[in-house]
Amino acid sequence: MRRICLYFQVHQPFRLRVYRFFDIGVSHDYYHDLNNRALLERIARKSYLPMNALLQRLVEKWGPERFSVSFAISGVALEQMEWYAPQVLESFQALYATGAVELVAETYAHSLACLKSRREFERQVRLHLQKLKKLFDAEPRTFRNTELVFYDEVAQWVSQLGFSAMLAEGADTLLGWRSPNFLYESAAASIRLLLRNYKLSDDIAFRFSNRDWPEWPLTAEKFARWIQDLPADQPLVNLFMDYETFGEHQWAESGIFAFFEAWVNRMLESGEAVFVTPRAVLQALEPQAALSVPAPLSWADSERDLTAWLGNELQTDAFESLYALEEAVSGIQDPAIQRDWLRLQTSDHFYYMCTKFFSDGDVHKYFNPFSSPYEAYVTYMNVLSDFTQRVKEAAPRRVMTSD
Amino acid sequence: MKVLMLGWEFPPRIAGGLAVACYGLVKGLVHHGVEVVFVMPLRKGDEPAQGYRLLGANEIEVPLGSVPKESWVRTVTWYGLETWLGPYLEQIATSPLEFRTVWPEEVEAPPGSLRLEFSGRYGPDLLDEVYRYAYVVSHLAERETFDLIHAHDWLTYLGGIALKEKTGKPLVVHVHATEYDRSGEGANPLIYEIERRGMEEADAVVAVSWYTRSIVVEKYGIPSEKVWAVHNAVLPKDRVPVEKPPSSRKVVTFLGRVTRQKGPEYFVEAAARVAPYVPEAHFVMAGTGDLLRPMIHRVAQLRLGSRFSFTGFLPPAEVEKLFDLSDVYVMPSVSEPFGISALEALRAGIPVIVSRQSGVAEVLPHALKVDFWDVEGLADLLYGVLRYRGIRPFFQRHAQEELAQLQWERSSARIVELYKTLLA
Repeated sequence: MRRICLYFQVHQPFRLRVYRFFDIGVSHDYYHDLNNRALLERIARKSYLPMNALLQRLVEKWGPERFSVSFAISGVALEQMEWYAPQVLESFQALYATGAVELVAETYAHSLACLKSRREFERQVRLHLQKLKKLFDAEPRTFRNTELVFYDEVAQWVSQLGFSAMLAEGADTLLGWRSPNFLYESAAASIRLLLRNYKLSDDIAFRFSNRDWPEWPLTAEKFARWIQDLPADQPLVNLFMDYETFGEHQWAESGIFAFFEAWVNRMLESGEAVFVTPRAVLQALEPQAALSVPAPLSWADSERDLTAWLGNELQTDAFESLYALEEAVSGIQDPAIQRDWLRLQTSDHFYYMCTKFFSDGDVHKYFNPFSSPYEAYVTYMNVLSDFTQRVKEAAPRRVMTSD
Repeated sequence: MKVLMLGWEFPPRIAGGLAVACYGLVKGLVHHGVEVVFVMPLRKGDEPAQGYRLLGANEIEVPLGSVPKESWVRTVTWYGLETWLGPYLEQIATSPLEFRTVWPEEVEAPPGSLRLEFSGRYGPDLLDEVYRYAYVVSHLAERETFDLIHAHDWLTYLGGIALKEKTGKPLVVHVHATEYDRSGEGANPLIYEIERRGMEEADAVVAVSWYTRSIVVEKYGIPSEKVWAVHNAVLPKDRVPVEKPPSSRKVVTFLGRVTRQKGPEYFVEAAARVAPYVPEAHFVMAGTGDLLRPMIHRVAQLRLGSRFSFTGFLPPAEVEKLFDLSDVYVMPSVSEPFGISALEALRAGIPVIVSRQSGVAEVLPHALKVDFWDVEGLADLLYGVLRYRGIRPFFQRHAQEELAQLQWERSSARIVELYKTLLA
């Protein structure tokens, strides 16, 4: 019996509005509410709601024992659902109530805080856990870091926070000759690792509607056969992708919904596979080997590293300037400052400053409100300048080191 | 392969990008083994000439009685020049210009031959010179051997057409700028007509960018299959930039003709927004033109006189010095076929902000870009460059890489390819 672990990432950042330098010190209103709302509503209509309905149907048809899935929904995405689209939140809650969903924890702000501060990283994980408890009454045991960023030290922190499993990229640099289709454990900490099968995941997430791809069109039958044809001793297939893959990255017209439903039915009808959550994987399988990775890995781009977020001087300057405020912010109670501190950490802001135009630029342009990385940088720095002033005023006795 | 090249500007007499582009292109062609004779209006003898031959229209003897009677040029009547040629005038016209009739009727036709006078400038008698130049170079049909004619900008198109008619050799016209760029919808109908005529008669048109190519096709109705886009390039640095003297002052520079095309008013308005927020910023407007006085008035009105310097026209050596002092170069052109000065600023290591309505934006993916009309967007980028640390190192690394790709040898190779197509 093969186990297929489906994991979907749901995340939307609070995108910044056009915030000019002459707004600094004048306006503390940083976000493009109208745009954020419109985007969330569009994505909900095209992707979240129809896909939730589809999953609901599959759960009702097959039962949670045979068809379960897992989600991570970032704290900032949950906030936006509460504000702009409560029916979407209700739809996720209803799906969770079927018992066929495992919720996975992450950093509240979908941030890269782990690279700068263990304290901030852990604070955000706890904030996310609180949010999931409040909205879903869920108590996650599985963790995924922003963009699947993973390395030994972070595995230790996550383990010490009480998690038993962590999702990561099945990168060649991590696995070497090994296959991602086994359960692994960290060599650095007491935590199990589920590694993304990037080939099969990206066949759906990136290549499904690409007509230049030799395998196009991807049919349910073909995709089921690829999985059935995997060596019999490989017990696990981890398909991790953005939830927006369904209906947004791959439009409904591409046939993505029909494909997914037909493929799931085909796999289950064969009797050779079940769809399980990470928690169920841990109950069923023993780790095959212990893996170690000293430097951060991600699921992004061909490099599987952090260069999409911290690869150029614009990003580094913005990132360093932001985290220079951590100490000061931590002593401030003001809820507005705490809210903005989280929202400004969201990794998308740094993604928009990415200048790898020519290789993976297409993906980076997705939902990007800026026409150039400079605009993204200047806008972010303008906002950060205002935020810095507010932090200074709220913490007058602290010595500030950032500009 | 030998080409007879007609151009209005050549170093060291540089009024704008045309001279720089012609010089780079000629050197590039020579590199590829093309023989070049470059004919300019006025040769003084101090021009660099290595590997190619320079000829001045002022040196060519012409028989005066031989003016072609049917030349369509003669049917044109002159109007008041101050309205037409504003963008070209080196001095702002202070008094109304006289109405004059067109040469050659004015010229008496004594027997024998004569050398005509040329200023080689963009003075009030520019059209007069344009016609004289065409007339003189048409005599090269009998005196020079060549395989192709290559004419730069409308100033020399008439000469190119005349030579093509006489010799039947293929004609290439090279569009560095169009009247549409200079004057928008208020184009001078005569110049527009000369341009259109040149492009129509030409066997191929070279545009300095995709942006300009689309103007040639859309505004001049030229079939796209004969219009080639060949980007300008920049010659390698021949001097080391002088280290900027330590100063808290930040210099923001505009350089170019102060005319509608170059968008000086957007520079001033953006400066007005930045000035109160960046007290150390100082703004330089280098160049002259018909909008210079209105700009000075506007700056005074904004009470920014102490923050602005108007330098007037700067010769190349002074331009280099200005670049050495500058912290950012702004080119807010309303319509810029290419914008070679942005490359020169880059070569000097300065961040540049260029308008999206420019050809140079096509070859500089990493340049800072803004729509010319977006004053607030421009102000914001300026503020960002002056105040935030990330842009300068990032920009310099990538821009220098991009700049290294922009070699005249490459652009010229495309031109050679074009020549071969025409001669095949």
